[in-house]
Amino acid sequence: MTPPPIVVRVKQKRIAELVSSGKRLDGRGLTDYREIQVEAGVIERAEGSSRVRLGKTEVMVGIKIEIGTPFPDVPNEGVIIVNAELVPLASPTFEPGPPNENAVELARIVDRGIRESKAIELEKLCVEPGKNVFIVFIDVYVLNHDGNLIDASAMAALAALLNTKMFNYELKEGEIKIKPGYTPLPIRNYPIAVTFAKINGKLIVDPWLEEEQVMDARLTMTLDKDGKICAIQKGGYGYFTTQQILEAAKITREKTEELRKIVVKG
Amino acid sequence: MLNIPKRKTKKKRLKRPQKKPEKLIDKDDTRLDGRKLNELRPVKIEVGILGNADGSAYIEQGKNKILAAVYGPKEVHPRHLARPDRAVLRCRYHMAPFSVDERKSPAPSRREVELSKVIREALEPSIFVEYYPRTSIDVFIEVLQADGGTRCAGITAASLALADAGIPMRDLVVACAAGKVDGCLVLDLMDVEDKGGEADVPLALMPNLNAITLLQMDGSLTIEEFEKAINLALEGCKQLYTLQKEALKSKYVAVKEAVEE
Repeated sequence: MTPPPIVVRVKQKRIAELVSSGKRLDGRGLTDYREIQVEAGVIERAEGSSRVRLGKTEVMVGIKIEIGTPFPDVPNEGVIIVNAELVPLASPTFEPGPPNENAVELARIVDRGIRESKAIELEKLCVEPGKNVFIVFIDVYVLNHDGNLIDASAMAALAALLNTKMFNYELKEGEIKIKPGYTPLPIRNYPIAVTFAKINGKLIVDPWLEEEQVMDARLTMTLDKDGKICAIQKGGYGYFTTQQILEAAKITREKTEELRKIVVKG
Repeated sequence: MLNIPKRKTKKKRLKRPQKKPEKLIDKDDTRLDGRKLNELRPVKIEVGILGNADGSAYIEQGKNKILAAVYGPKEVHPRHLARPDRAVLRCRYHMAPFSVDERKSPAPSRREVELSKVIREALEPSIFVEYYPRTSIDVFIEVLQADGGTRCAGITAASLALADAGIPMRDLVVACAAGKVDGCLVLDLMDVEDKGGEADVPLALMPNLNAITLLQMDGSLTIEEFEKAINLALEGCKQLYTLQKEALKSKYVAVKEAVEE
């Protein structure tokens, strides 16, 4: 982990004091999100895509669909692959190269939310059991890092999936032929992630970059459309108490309802 | 001209006969290995079993067999990673190729990268890193045989290895998972229960501080079930903590006896 820059160190005390009195440096309340903008279908070449702005944080997700072999233990289900790229243009702290552990963790948190909530109807993505299934590649592309990449990426991934069109096909003598026209990707659940930062023993929602740099610990909870928890991840070098975790669960329930309305329209 | 034929081999996926049990939990609430719902697997812990490491520990939890070793505090390589105000903790969780049914490639998988990170973050709150500026403390966890709950058992062992290395700590870190299998909340899931179950909640705790340093979940739980699962996992951690302390003490009792003889 890169050490917080000196300016942040100076602000650290200020941020912590403000949080104790229920305020934040950017004027938000402790459980307020920054402004969220969701755009869908921003890349025509991709089967599905979206761009989410969470304050100054900006994440793009592109979905590509290809055909491949299924996992042997689930021969009649499609495959989901999530990858995240922390592109160097998004932050001075990002470097070119293969995904580092932050990128891997980000991808796996997004993956877990989609997979465990069974958001995609994978049974419908089977072409020939055991031989050919659709592989859904979800590529998270961070364009500007201003904190809380997890929530922004999870929202962008969901928005992109909802926007995804699958090509039509037919099987002719064992060969897959693509037919004109598209059908929407079958989606049955809408997982939404809410991330907390613990600063000075208090929980805040949607930490932005400077808050992330001074936080003690991080907690992400992902809830599906029925309000069930489908994924959790704790991060950072601090700890949580049981009470804090249960409090976070309550706040998450309210927040996911709110965010879901923004991402899932109609 | 020397003509050496190229030798090539290609791995083929073996279909191992997989027994998929219909029921993971019996009518009278016993599990496949005969445990009750809130019972831990048999645990065996040994401390200080590797010659070269500054600290080490070995844990067997059910069929899990895991080694943990600590090197440090020592000079940091590469040097630019050194921090002027504290030690850097580095952690590698790794599974042996023979630890699972189908050979695992020894190269670190994405899962291992993520687990190394969360394990590091689970252990770091317990260590007084500020006591050893410009040094590194390296933790290595090798899973020799895996049967579900390896990250938790790995943390339990690694924390002992840190203590064995004589690194000042706020408390030991102990970890245990709870989850939901066949509609029942259960403690300490083994592999079949993890795969066939509905949810898995691994949790790490510093018992004396009531501080949760690792929390993950996958599956599906209502918030009420989640609360119960956490409490169950906390109970498991407390039981393991007793075993952990005993293991640590027994090494030093043995040392003391040897010195006195």
